[in-house]
Amino acid sequence: MTELIHGLYTEGEALVDPSAPTGPIETRWERTKDANRLVNPANRRKLSVIIVGTGLAGGAAGATLGEAGYQVKSFCYQDSPRRAHSIAAQGGINAAKNYKADGDSIHRLFYDTVKGGDYRSRESNVHRLAEESVNIIDQCVAQGVPFAREYGGLLDNRSFGGVQVSRTFYARGQTGQQLLIGAYQALERQIAAGTVEMFTRHEMLELVVVDGKARGIIVRDMVTGEIETHLADAVVLATGGYGNVFFLSTNAVGSNVTATWRAHRKGAYFGNPCYTQIHPTCIPQHGDKQSKLTLMSESLRNDGRIWVPKDAADCDKDPRTLPEEARDYYLERIYPSFGNLVPRDIASRQAKNMCDDGRGVGPSISEVGPDGVTRDVRRGVYLDFADAIKRLGRPAIEEKYGNLFDMYARITGENPYETPMRIYPAVHYTMGGLWVGYDLQSTIPGMFVAGEANFSDHGANRLGASALMQGLADGYFVLPNTIREYLADAPFEKISEDHPAVVEARTSVEERINYFLNSNGNRTVDSYHRELGSIMWEYCGMERTEEGLKLAIDKIRALRADFWTNVKVLGKNEELNQALERAGRVADFLELGELMCIDALHRRESCGGHFRAESQTEDGEALRHDDEFAYVGAWEFGGQPGPNGMGAPVLHKEDLVYEFIEMKQRSYK
Amino acid sequence: MAVTGVIFVLFVLAHMYGNLKLLSGQLAFDEYAHHLRVFGEPMLPKMGLLWIMRIVLLVSVVIHAYAAFTLWGRANNARSTRYAVHKMAQASLSSRFMRWGGVTILLFVIFHLIHFTIVKPNINADYTQAQIDASPYIMATASFKIWWVVLIYVLAMIALGMHINHGLWSATQTLGWANSPSARATAKGIALIVAALTVVGFLIPPLAVAFGLIAK
Amino acid sequence: MRLTLKIWRQANASAKGSMHTYEIDGISPEESFLEMLDELNEQLTAKGEDPVAFDSDCREGICGMCGLMISGQAHGPEVTTTCQLHMRSFNDGDTITVEPWRADAFPVVKDLVVDRSAFDRIIQSGGFISANTGSAPEAHSTPVPKPKADRAFDAATCIGCGACVAACPNASGMLFMGAKITHLGELPQGQAERGSRVRAMVATHDGEGFGGCTNIGECAAACPKEIPLDVISQLNNDLRNSGKYLR
Ligand SMILES: Cc1cc2nc3c(=O)[nH]c(=O)nc-3n(C[C@H](O)[C@H](O)[C@H](O)COP(=O)(O)OP(=O)(O)OC[C@H]3O[C@@H](n4cnc5c(N)ncnc54)[C@H](O)[C@@H]3O)c2cc1C
Ligand code: HEM
Ligand code: HEM
Ligand code: SF4
Ligand code: F3S
Ligand code: FES
Repeated sequence: MTELIHGLYTEGEALVDPSAPTGPIETRWERTKDANRLVNPANRRKLSVIIVGTGLAGGAAGATLGEAGYQVKSFCYQDSPRRAHSIAAQGGINAAKNYKADGDSIHRLFYDTVKGGDYRSRESNVHRLAEESVNIIDQCVAQGVPFAREYGGLLDNRSFGGVQVSRTFYARGQTGQQLLIGAYQALERQIAAGTVEMFTRHEMLELVVVDGKARGIIVRDMVTGEIETHLADAVVLATGGYGNVFFLSTNAVGSNVTATWRAHRKGAYFGNPCYTQIHPTCIPQHGDKQSKLTLMSESLRNDGRIWVPKDAADCDKDPRTLPEEARDYYLERIYPSFGNLVPRDIASRQAKNMCDDGRGVGPSISEVGPDGVTRDVRRGVYLDFADAIKRLGRPAIEEKYGNLFDMYARITGENPYETPMRIYPAVHYTMGGLWVGYDLQSTIPGMFVAGEANFSDHGANRLGASALMQGLADGYFVLPNTIREYLADAPFEKISEDHPAVVEARTSVEERINYFLNSNGNRTVDSYHRELGSIMWEYCGMERTEEGLKLAIDKIRALRADFWTNVKVLGKNEELNQALERAGRVADFLELGELMCIDALHRRESCGGHFRAESQTEDGEALRHDDEFAYVGAWEFGGQPGPNGMGAPVLHKEDLVYEFIEMKQRSYK
Repeated sequence: MAVTGVIFVLFVLAHMYGNLKLLSGQLAFDEYAHHLRVFGEPMLPKMGLLWIMRIVLLVSVVIHAYAAFTLWGRANNARSTRYAVHKMAQASLSSRFMRWGGVTILLFVIFHLIHFTIVKPNINADYTQAQIDASPYIMATASFKIWWVVLIYVLAMIALGMHINHGLWSATQTLGWANSPSARATAKGIALIVAALTVVGFLIPPLAVAFGLIAK
Repeated sequence: MRLTLKIWRQANASAKGSMHTYEIDGISPEESFLEMLDELNEQLTAKGEDPVAFDSDCREGICGMCGLMISGQAHGPEVTTTCQLHMRSFNDGDTITVEPWRADAFPVVKDLVVDRSAFDRIIQSGGFISANTGSAPEAHSTPVPKPKADRAFDAATCIGCGACVAACPNASGMLFMGAKITHLGELPQGQAERGSRVRAMVATHDGEGFGGCTNIGECAAACPKEIPLDVISQLNNDLRNSGKYLR
């Protein structure tokens, strides 16, 4: 074993993706599909696949593998597969259809996505994504997804996230909902046909690995508490992102890392855990009782002007009474050419800087600062439409943003036509996730990972409207074509529920549940989650420093130790027990949080959503170090399995080679 | 249900039209009543139209009531535990009174048939049974001089008006003709007008008699 | 704000439930209704009492997971989902009753949590367009007139929350079903299965124990997505013409 770095982790062997294709990029995917073996229909019926998650990735995969004739078992923790968090996506989905004849192409989408990811993604994967984007739209239209249309009856697109072409397909502000309903209906159709068996309100709590291969999962029936074992020939995780490690995020309150974290503990590497995306235009927190943050479409920045008072003493005054000269339009001031339209990470970071500077607006909330001192801070900046309303008239603004204004009014009780909106950044998406090869297979053979749950194709930063694209590409087109190469090795050895590895997995789940129910502590699960969230947000949020991250790791360790002695979970296992569900999730977040900090600490560069204060240009911009960090950081679980033990994780680097796109430093000044 | 309901509405409208003839005096009304019975002769036997109508109505009542009670039963089974508190957001009084209103109408019709068609009891001491049997006009006017008869009719007509108000719009919805916002508004409007027309139209003769606006 | 909460407590599907009264103080009007319940649960847990179970996930009005009968109104006094209802819609000192959706087709799982899988089974019986992955024609090969696309979209915004059933005096699921029939029936892609779809879905709906619709209209008034009543008429229309669509 190599020695400990920072006293925290060791470095292992380099990682090479065994399924990586080579040769001309345009044909890599085509050639891979041809090379992957087929499974004949009669054999498919004998092969079983478990799919955890029914979002865009899991729902699409379930429907497609069901149609193909495999025996599919599908799981989700909600009461219906239609409620997966993909439903909340608002903006749209990218596709290189070039319907507007504005020069879009697969290559251009490929290029934009690689650049947007700050050159930290794989070229082959992103190119495949761009290729499949086109098929996604066709598939969804055939299913009846009601995309926005023009008067001529053809599909409409818009430009999104600062790209120069119109390639974003949308269904008003509910694109994710409509795409998910399409996948859900396709899945329900297979359920009726008997090819997919659906398990709702079932939470995956452990992966079953037999002889090094993923062979099943342990789930808890959330209604009866029964711990069930499900075995299969392959397992697919499509369980979404882990933004809820921050407690407050735009994710659904039930979003969790448990499925992927448990798999990580069983040997799956975790890729780039520190890459999180923070979205600049969310509705600010109203108080310390808040349970989640709500995203407002980024399009608001097209017409709204962002400002804070110049003088901290003005922060609690009515903004309308403040004269122009008392306002600081800081984005326009610092980035004269892009102004309010700078990328998400920059807009977010500057908002935080303004508030840290004491010039935030809105209610003041007490928080613990990096120095450990509690203070009151206002976390919000104005997004002002007064100028736009003067220039375009209120009806035009209503037409464009009416539904967003209504949503804002409903949540805050303020009228955004009269007073400026208040916004603040919030955690939105996690680019990190379980490491997978080009074939979406993790480092555990037989376990595939799709959608936001894998470390995905977005590098260090995801462009708007490309997560939906990736989820559906993975589910409909990629996974069904790569998993057959694995399944072609069938038949697999039969295993029974009393195989020692299965029993071990099951027992560990039962033990953990019993531990929680008998721990008799005096702090609620939520209070731990909130505290973890504030540590993560403070030290591993928009801006990260070596000192802060080290402090955070200490704090997380202390909190975790306290959690395991002091957590209080009432009730019993044999019933719907929501506190018990949350306890398990928070326990896993407490471990993940540490790994995120270690990853953030080791990556001494700024890239995409990861900003290290030590690595910035003279004007405070993110500075990459391609010579040192052009790799995927894939982490191997280092600890002894056990309730509290987490040893030093092992870092494996997968080098990123750019053959078709030249790496450049971005600039928005 | 919608079809039988519409049949009822048509019948009721025609009946109302006939009743209004009470206003034109004994001759006109008795003539009309007679005409009803010989209508279509010799193509139809005497009372032919009346009997066709009676059969259609009878079958409709059975179907309508059967459907109504089935729906009622289904609704009760669909929510066997009731809410402790349940506020209606917009349901009209008419829509919520459908079932009891229907029952009210059913009871009224039974009473009404005994009153005017089957038994024709003499309830006003100022007239003789012979007079009543001879002239439907006298039969009607005699009754409506008695306050409680008028009251029964008034209450029944209010129930009927409410039933038609919701029923007619409901029937368009059930027949699939209210599948756009404008069609919905039109259907609701027509239902309200027809309902109001029925109530007013039916009530003019009895009230006119009660308040002595019609001679004799 | 200080509130009196009367909440339905029921240990499991077969247990007998009853209303329980709780007092809660210090609620901010900015909080959402569910955050208020979160707080109640924190307090109950501290006291060693079983917290109140209720469903929610996205907490932004789109997943359809939340849904409570609040003082007799589905999703409470505003036209929105329970998670988007804020405490400023109530007054200091109010008494609020909180009950689960009541319909025999939605059995109570625990406290305020109900089982809405009957909706999934309605969709299974025909609420889809059969389009196997990979078999789709080019998206632009079938234009859809904008008014039809818009109407399909309006209907497709249903979040499957079940408030329509909860509010309907007959506990009928017609609005939910009508929304799906209208969504798919307006689109050219949905024509092939139009007749069989409506027949199968209605049969499943009735078999699941939902009540029949007598066009009362409470459903549309309670629907957080403002699905209009004309989708029910559209469903009836499709049903009446289903023979024609099947030919
Ligand atoms: C508010 C918001 C707006 C967004 N807008 C956009 C946008 O405009 N464009 C865009 O491209 N992207 C957008 N995104 C990102 C995008 O929506 C997500 O990345 C994507 O939908 C994730 O899909 P998924 O299938 O991977 O996972 P999810 O949809 O999150 O599904 C996860 C599934 O896993 C199940 N699950 C999770 N854990 C367990 C467990 N332990 N056991 C059993 N089941 C489990 C859940 O039940 C669920 O079915 C947005 C995200 C948010 C939060
Ligand atoms: C015989 C006594 C009657 C009974 C018991 C009865 C009962 C009912 C009931 C329970 C309904 C249920 C539907 C709902 O609640 O909306 C209904 C509907 C209706 N009724 Fe009646 N009713 C009777 C007579 C009438 C009469 C005399 C008329 C016409 C004047 C009428 C017209 C209608 C119409 C149009 C509907 C709506 C049908 C639909 O929506 O499909 N009914 N009736
Ligand atoms: C004020 C209101 C009404 C008056 C004055 C009235 C009057 C009469 C009269 C005079 C007759 C006998 C006609 C004849 O034998 O030639 C009659 C018959 C009848 N009326 Fe009415 N009526 C009224 C309301 C109604 C209503 C509301 C209904 C039904 C909903 C109704 C249903 C009938 C029926 C079914 C018959 C029997 C027809 C037959 O088969 O002979 N009436 N009515
Ligand atoms: S129709 Fe409306 S109330 Fe009914 S399930 Fe859909 S969104 Fe909810
Ligand atoms: S309230 Fe019920 S009766 Fe019909 S119109 Fe709505 S489903
Ligand atoms: S929690 Fe998703 S709609 Fe309310």
